[in-house]
Amino acid sequence: MKEEKRSTSGRTMLGGLFFIAGLIVALIVGWVVFPKVLYSQKTQPMNFSHAAHEDSACEDCHYFLPDGSYSGTPGIENCRQCHEEPMTDSEQERILVEEYIQKDREIPWLVYGWQPDNVYFSHAPHQAAELECVQCHRDVTADEEKLPILYENRWTGYSKSTMKMVECEKCHAERGASNACQTCHK
Amino acid sequence: MSDNGHTQSGVLYGMAIDLDKCTGCMACSVACQAENNISFRPDESNKLRSITWMEVYYLDNGAEHPDYRFSYLPRPCMHCNAPHHSPCTFVCPVNATVRDEATGIVGHIYPRCIGCRYCMVACPYHARDFNWWDPAWPEPMEQMLSPKVSTRMRGVVEKCSFCSHRLNAARSKAYLDGLEMSEVTYTPACVEACPSQAIAFGNLLDEHSEVARLAKSERAFRLLSKLNTEPKVYYLSRHPWLHNLANASL
Ligand code: HEC
Ligand code: HEC
Ligand code: HEC
Ligand code: HEC
Ligand code: HEC
Repeated sequence: MKEEKRSTSGRTMLGGLFFIAGLIVALIVGWVVFPKVLYSQKTQPMNFSHAAHEDSACEDCHYFLPDGSYSGTPGIENCRQCHEEPMTDSEQERILVEEYIQKDREIPWLVYGWQPDNVYFSHAPHQAAELECVQCHRDVTADEEKLPILYENRWTGYSKSTMKMVECEKCHAERGASNACQTCHK
Repeated sequence: MSDNGHTQSGVLYGMAIDLDKCTGCMACSVACQAENNISFRPDESNKLRSITWMEVYYLDNGAEHPDYRFSYLPRPCMHCNAPHHSPCTFVCPVNATVRDEATGIVGHIYPRCIGCRYCMVACPYHARDFNWWDPAWPEPMEQMLSPKVSTRMRGVVEKCSFCSHRLNAARSKAYLDGLEMSEVTYTPACVEACPSQAIAFGNLLDEHSEVARLAKSERAFRLLSKLNTEPKVYYLSRHPWLHNLANASL
């Protein structure tokens, strides 16, 4: 009788050990491996530095069009004003001049806060409400060694830094802006 | 909320279609199709399966030759203003279709829609269509789609939006120019396309707007007004038979 008892408690110990080991493996897979697998990493076509362009005003490159829409990221015609020929021996500038400006190709910039096709976003009302860019974007004036990596969800195609609907709606509710569905959806 | 179940606001977008001016050319329907990225089938003959937001009907008075009369009737979504709910928003189980009380526009959010088609049954105007297939366009047309309106997917319902994306664009511009939001006007694609200018669009609450004036005209009537759906689309005709037909038994 006694012996039997001892052997069951040993089995429970072993079972507990397996359980904890399994839990740890599951946690590692869930918290470390899965997010790595889920997101593909994308890099910008070149390492553009906002700090190197401090002499220009933000509005030289990011401005509103007369119809109220936003110019977004600047086209090569803008860069050409200064980068027709390389000014420095920087590798990044060489890419810009040789790969894009001389070949008349637009630069396929990645947008970190990219929104899906069914969302309508406009900068004009937020500019009118005097919101800071950093409330929704990274701080570009901070000294960036390198442009951040864009983490793209392989499943949905969303960027990791795409603002979620709840965040938009939360601020809209706080600020008394419209939260009707077709305000943000098209 | 006021007594009639609406929150008070200064804007209520509506439409007035003058059937005496309508020639049935279908330009409104085509413009709508292009503006809103509406897909089509290789064979469009089965109208129960095809998608049209601005349907143009051919109506007649049923009389014999010397008394025979006919009329065309373009039919967008009525954006029903019935207290509390439109027929479709009342039945939607997932709030995919909701009326915005600040503009009166009944929207439909495609990714939210579960395709139960309850709203299609509820709508007395047949203004809603279902995507039985994944929308597809022949070779070069895919590149001609408008980025201003998202394309739908198989299994969702769609309908006229009063071109709410154009309202969004107009409001954006108004924010930039510092204008008053209640004064924002815009023109839907069908109104813009109509060669005989039979369609007026604007703020029904603004007494000076053309649409408000036309809505009060003696020639004005609404479709199935006896159902108390309170459509925001008004029709104008000097023919009594059309007025009667609009409220004939279903
Ligand atoms: C010489 C042109 C130029 C100037 C001047 C400039 N930018 Fe940019 N900006 C760019 C380019 C190119 C990108 C795209 C690459 C990137 O994300 O850094 C960009 C991206 C951004 C983004 C990121 C958008 C996203 O993807 O989420 C923000 C925010 C931004 N700029 C803000 C600013 C602000 C604020 C200023 C003024 C302090 C400014 N920019 C000045 C060219 C410029
Ligand atoms: C309320 C949040 C918000 C604020 C404030 C804001 N942005 Fe954005 N921005 C976004 C979103 C969301 C996108 C993505 C738009 C899309 O994909 O449709 C975006 C996109 C961009 C882009 C990429 C190009 C484009 O239009 O797709 C640039 C550049 C940019 N913003 C610059 C700025 C600058 C500069 C400021 C400050 C003056 C600013 N933003 C303020 C939310 C914001
Ligand atoms: C007003 C003139 C001006 C415009 C417009 C301009 N740049 Fe520059 N850019 C400069 C100057 C000056 C430098 C050198 C800064 C330094 O080395 O400190 C530079 C440097 C660079 C570099 C090299 C940075 C490094 O350190 O490796 C890149 C890449 C670059 N610019 C990209 C762009 C792009 C892309 C555009 C268009 C969106 C653009 N620039 C528009 C003036 C300009
Ligand atoms: C930090 C606060 C904040 C965030 C975050 C924010 N918004 Fe806004 N948004 C506002 C404010 C404030 C207004 C109203 C401006 C006014 O009424 O003067 C506004 C207005 C708008 C409008 C115009 C509404 C109209 O009246 O026509 C749209 C469209 C919009 N936001 C979309 C978005 C989307 C999409 C997002 C998320 C990606 C977002 N906003 C995130 C503050 C915010
Ligand atoms: C303030 C802006 C805003 C409003 C108001 C808003 N949405 Fe959204 N919605 C977004 C943004 C931004 C996204 C994309 C990011 C995300 O998936 O969270 C989104 C995503 C969605 C999605 C998921 C789409 C997908 O492909 O995963 C659904 C469904 C949706 N919205 C339905 C609605 C409905 C229904 C309403 C009205 C009750 C509404 N939204 C109102 C901004 C808004």
